[in-house]
Amino acid sequence: MSVLAQQLLLGLLIGGLYGLAAAGLSLVFGVMRVLNVAHGELIMLGGYGAFWLAALFGVDPFASLVLVIPGSLLLGALLYWGLFGFVVRAHEETRIKNSLLIGFGLALALHALAVRLWTADERSIPTSYGGAVLSVGELSIPLVRLATLTLALVLIGALQLLLSRWRWGKAIRATAEDWQAALLTGIDIRRAYLLAFALGTALAGAAGTLVTVAYSVSPSIGLEWTLKALIVVVLAGLGSMLGTFVGGLVLGLAEAASAATFGGPYREIVGLVIFVVVLAVRPRGLFGR
Amino acid sequence: MLEIDGLQAGYGDVRALFGVTLSVGAGEIVALLGPNGAGKSTLLNCVAGLVRPRSGAIRWDGQDLRTLGAHLIVERGVALVPEGRRLFGGMTVQENLELGAFASRAWGGRRAGLERVYTLFPVLAERRRTAVQALSGGQQQMVAVGRALMASPRLLMLDEPSLGLAPRLVAAILEALVAINRAGVTVFLVEQNVPAALSLAHRGYLLEGGRIVGEGSGASLMADEHVRRAYLGPLAVRTPSPQGEHQ
Repeated sequence: MSVLAQQLLLGLLIGGLYGLAAAGLSLVFGVMRVLNVAHGELIMLGGYGAFWLAALFGVDPFASLVLVIPGSLLLGALLYWGLFGFVVRAHEETRIKNSLLIGFGLALALHALAVRLWTADERSIPTSYGGAVLSVGELSIPLVRLATLTLALVLIGALQLLLSRWRWGKAIRATAEDWQAALLTGIDIRRAYLLAFALGTALAGAAGTLVTVAYSVSPSIGLEWTLKALIVVVLAGLGSMLGTFVGGLVLGLAEAASAATFGGPYREIVGLVIFVVVLAVRPRGLFGR
Repeated sequence: MLEIDGLQAGYGDVRALFGVTLSVGAGEIVALLGPNGAGKSTLLNCVAGLVRPRSGAIRWDGQDLRTLGAHLIVERGVALVPEGRRLFGGMTVQENLELGAFASRAWGGRRAGLERVYTLFPVLAERRRTAVQALSGGQQQMVAVGRALMASPRLLMLDEPSLGLAPRLVAAILEALVAINRAGVTVFLVEQNVPAALSLAHRGYLLEGGRIVGEGSGASLMADEHVRRAYLGPLAVRTPSPQGEHQ
């Protein structure tokens, strides 16, 4: 019993990062109708950003968020100007196709770049507090992972606040709902797209940092994280960032439960099952509008 | 003042406008009348920048609007209440209205703008925290008009504001338009409800098959034999336009 509870707890802890990873993908897809399949590679780059800051300058991995987030914002803006800004000029049906092509190309290129810069080895960031554990009854909670879950929630909350209070946050939501109506209210929707993509990339960078602190990073983690994020977006639906976070927790728990019940290899299957079932039964997702 | 000269436009292979020329003077209420598929919405969408014309000119206070992005046309003081309202359904009444003031020309004055809209439509003030998708059709239309007013336009264009509304609500919307016009806003109105439109318009144009086939003061159009037969006839059945439909 306590073994199962411990596994579920660990599932919940990684689920917070699934939610954070999915939030960026959801924002970009919801606003631009563009599926960025290189989202996982942006997460991977965020992880290496933190790794580099720690390895070269001894920056604490949590503190490195202060640099990784603005750096990712900038990277997102550059990627929008250089690549995805051309995709949104196309019609909505063509957009998905074009974004898939560009996304896969970008994913391959970033993967190759990461192997070049950091080799194919798995990297992690050792810290003095890395092994700290909080014991509650028979459960032991790894403090670093608890901190990543908390930070993921804080970042999602900050995003939600930004989207509901900031003038351009409202413009992003309006553009997601109806881009033509947004134009008619005087919103420069290209700018809304740019901001959404930059924010999505910043969330990916933050997620990558937290993944690297709590687990590890290698050049090949991208596809796996794109897949997890996609499953969570389908599960949670578009339109609510907190809903996306909860969707991440649900996926984390479901993975842990299936690994505990059917054995480790089944961990990856449950997400795909959820994907198919949600699409068949409730295509707009649990919290989608 | 708005001047449209030789405007041609369409979607893909389908042409909707075949050289339309008309003008809307400052302070006027001008109605654009015509059957379904005549090109009325296309014309408004061209002015608003949502549809790019093939040829012809659209001048607003002497400035060519054809090359401006839709959001910049709003900055010039031209606002459109689109067909079907196109509100942001998941947001509240107040959020929709505030977004209407997104243009820099209006953002600073959005609080005063809200007061004006709430004075014009007091029921919206009561429901300011309600998501617009929970409102009745008439209230949604009020939000749509209010959202366009929030941009503090000098030219307000409306695409079928009475569509699907009960007569009482149609009257309320049209009364509001008269009040808006008295406050100095030029109104360019597309309507299928011809008697209602001509009752308040100073002038009107008849658009059929993508061409202007008649124009005149509200009263003279009301008396026009073709208008009476086609739009006000006792059976109220629309006869095909002389040029035929170009759909």
